[in-house]
Amino acid sequence: MNEIQVESLGDCALLLRFGTCIDPALNAHVHAAAAALRAAGLHGVREIVPAYASIALHYDPRAWFGTDAAVSTISRLHKQVIEIIEHRSLRKPAQAQAEIEIPVCYGGEFGPDLGHVAQLAKLDENEVIARHAAADYHVAMLGFAPGFPYLLGLDPALHTPRRADPRVRVAAGSVAIGGAQTGIYPCELPGGWQIIGRTPLALFDATRDPPALLAPGQRVRFRAVGADELAFVPR
Amino acid sequence: VSIRVLGAGLLTTLQDGGRHGYAAIGVGAAGAMDDVARRLANIIVGDAEDSATLELTLRGPRLSFAADALIAITGADVEAHCGDSIVPTWRPVLLRAGAELTLVGMRHGVCAYLAVAGGIGLESVLGSRSTDVNARLGPIPHPLAVGDVLPASAAPASLCPDLWRKLRADSRDFSAFPSWSLDPTPWFDGSGAKPIHAIAGAHFDALDSASQRALFGASFRVGVDSNRVGFRLQNVALSLREPLELISEGTAPGTIQLPAGGTPIALMAEAPPTGGYPRIAHVIAVDQPRLAQRRPGDTVRFAQTDLADAQMRYLAREQAIAQLSASVRERLLHPY
Repeated sequence: MNEIQVESLGDCALLLRFGTCIDPALNAHVHAAAAALRAAGLHGVREIVPAYASIALHYDPRAWFGTDAAVSTISRLHKQVIEIIEHRSLRKPAQAQAEIEIPVCYGGEFGPDLGHVAQLAKLDENEVIARHAAADYHVAMLGFAPGFPYLLGLDPALHTPRRADPRVRVAAGSVAIGGAQTGIYPCELPGGWQIIGRTPLALFDATRDPPALLAPGQRVRFRAVGADELAFVPR
Repeated sequence: VSIRVLGAGLLTTLQDGGRHGYAAIGVGAAGAMDDVARRLANIIVGDAEDSATLELTLRGPRLSFAADALIAITGADVEAHCGDSIVPTWRPVLLRAGAELTLVGMRHGVCAYLAVAGGIGLESVLGSRSTDVNARLGPIPHPLAVGDVLPASAAPASLCPDLWRKLRADSRDFSAFPSWSLDPTPWFDGSGAKPIHAIAGAHFDALDSASQRALFGASFRVGVDSNRVGFRLQNVALSLREPLELISEGTAPGTIQLPAGGTPIALMAEAPPTGGYPRIAHVIAVDQPRLAQRRPGDTVRFAQTDLADAQMRYLAREQAIAQLSASVRERLLHPY
């Protein structure tokens, strides 16, 4: 793996960059490193935020500001982070998380953009559904809103640009395509992704532990269900 | 013991030290816009610094207190009344049972904080009592509305019984306060004249040279569509040498992003933990509360500094707050 670059994210956070592209192997490495950092319980670090190819660490400068002015806070923290990550990679690969299946009612009122996606892909709607539900996905990162998963693994035929006019309201549970990615809106939000279906599962619930249905790095599959089945799953 | 909301104000929310530990699942910290003022309000009433306070925005609420309460108001310069009396700020004030506190407009600044001794007795949600307005999180997941009731602590007098006894004896009508107060000058810049310090971000070098000079030289104006998530910095359009396509990465409060339109956005307390725009600068931690107190339409200038200077200022600020906290505690415990 390439060298990890470090960047200041202001005076209370730093960014560790493992690469600059969206790549499943790189992303898996990010999640393994994030798990190692979390397990190490770094003093004065209160957030570890993995993304596609980077990890943000939010830290208290009081914990890392040393008396030796020649050594910056960043380099001190960077050194320890590299040690933890390298030590980790000598041990075992990241623990595989259980795959989760997400029921989706595709098309109709729940997926108003299914036709548009099909048209651009030059496929019929059933083929779009079959391909979307056939792929193996994994959660590259959570962000944008609590519990919103950015999923990698979308069939290239289904890659669809975002809408030119974002919707003011996208319903909770909407399954959507944005460029090369697919995701699920955890709550009602404004949004520009193409909506192809809806799941009855709650992606985020603050009273649940863990509150997010999906975890970074987790594998995901979709299963097409009828509207009747959607209605019977309790929310 | 409770506080009833008679008038909501423009945007009144419950805020504590913020929601930490959930950024990896997309949950931002929220917390106070001017977190120093919030902490000082708690310090003045003898509460833990992390206790939840009310954050008042531009126009405050009207509140009625069912029992005696020791309060403090800090932050923006807010006009506060109780009956015919003016309620002074930056000091402890005893409100008697039945008091009606009216917080009108801010003369200077944006956010004021109201702490109530003993805190607000609501359960944390994901480790915090802060309201995240957009994510609808917190024990009160929305801005306060008329009719909301906030449970206050049952036995706040036990924190500093002598002060309570003295103020109860002093009170003629609905309020009483000691003669001392904190000097707000180090903590609140009502004139808004001082520059805001920032560190160059990872994509500062990607700005064209005119934009690099403008960022640390020109006067920006706080956009009217600014909010708890971000401040739009208008008046000076910035541009990159060539467009950058970035993938989403972590951001932090204070990060100044540059969307394609050329109007920078400074991320504030309620910003999400990730973003995909170029990061041209970061407002340093000690100046984030100062930026938060600039009103829509106010001008803002940025002065460049470096990480070591920013962190030394942070350490110095924390030391000053700790000293202040110790001396306030002495006064609370020994009011005579």
